[in-house]
Amino acid sequence: MKATVTVMPKKSVLDPQGVAVRDAMGHLGLAGVKSVRVGKFMEIEVEGGDEGKLHEICRDLLSNPVIEDYELHVES
Amino acid sequence: MRVAVIRFPGSNCDQDCYHVLKNDFAQDVEYVWHKEGSVEQFDLIVLPGGFSYGDYLRCGAIARFSPVMRSVAAEAERGKLVMGVCNGFQILCEARLLPGALIRNGSLHFVCEHVHTRIENMETAFSHAEVAKSDGKLLTARTGLLLRMPIAHGEGNYTADEATLKELNRNKQVVLRYTDARGALTDEANPNGSAESIAGITNRAGNVFGLMPHPERACDALLGSEDGKLIFQSVIESAMKKTKTSGGITKRS
Repeated sequence: MKATVTVMPKKSVLDPQGVAVRDAMGHLGLAGVKSVRVGKFMEIEVEGGDEGKLHEICRDLLSNPVIEDYELHVES
Repeated sequence: MRVAVIRFPGSNCDQDCYHVLKNDFAQDVEYVWHKEGSVEQFDLIVLPGGFSYGDYLRCGAIARFSPVMRSVAAEAERGKLVMGVCNGFQILCEARLLPGALIRNGSLHFVCEHVHTRIENMETAFSHAEVAKSDGKLLTARTGLLLRMPIAHGEGNYTADEATLKELNRNKQVVLRYTDARGALTDEANPNGSAESIAGITNRAGNVFGLMPHPERACDALLGSEDGKLIFQSVIESAMKKTKTSGGITKRS
């Protein structure tokens, strides 16, 4: 099974990296950048694979639900 | 009484903690490798600073699943005293032994400097003691007392949702806040952007403590401050008292 996981800082949590990148984009001449948020993207290959278990791992390890949301996409 | 200093791959303040506990406080202290299965035999557990697992994924995210952490959680649940400094604080948050999380400093800079923190609650197991400095002067805990200690971190920006912050305040779980040299809470004196200038908190039960400043680097006049002694004195006294009153919660192995 192949899966991808996107982990993003929660909307309610300040993302200092995103703010810095947004400002840098402004410095490079792109006006009007309202917001940038920086997250993580993970590609996973697993033999067999249990989607329920993957969700559990997303919650416990790959993201921290206190500050992040994740999205899991499973390709068969 | 026995004290454990847990070592993860990437811990780098373990020797400082060990040194202070052994040489400044004459404690029976041992290193415990993160692959050990149990810390049941110890009365006080210290998670030192560093960069466990290279801070991969998130600070403390992988260390949290080290074999020893299952036992640390079980002992914390039983009321044993656990103190996490810097990366240790991050690990305790990741392990959900403390509420909230530590994210990237607001400035994005790694900050490495001495800061002032104010004792917000002197009734905790980690902030109540009196200790003599090397010049003989006494450092006596009181709410409002300033402690000058170094920080060195890139991810010390404490964050939690509104409900959690309210809960922390209501239960007096905030032990330390960053202030300026006169004890005022200001944005300038907050080195990492942490919510409500929080520098250290306990869990609800009051036996697990995490802080970003390094008390182990502030126990010697030569290092510019001895204020960290107050934290160590407090936690050692508290652990000794617990050990005595329970007739030894520790099983000797």
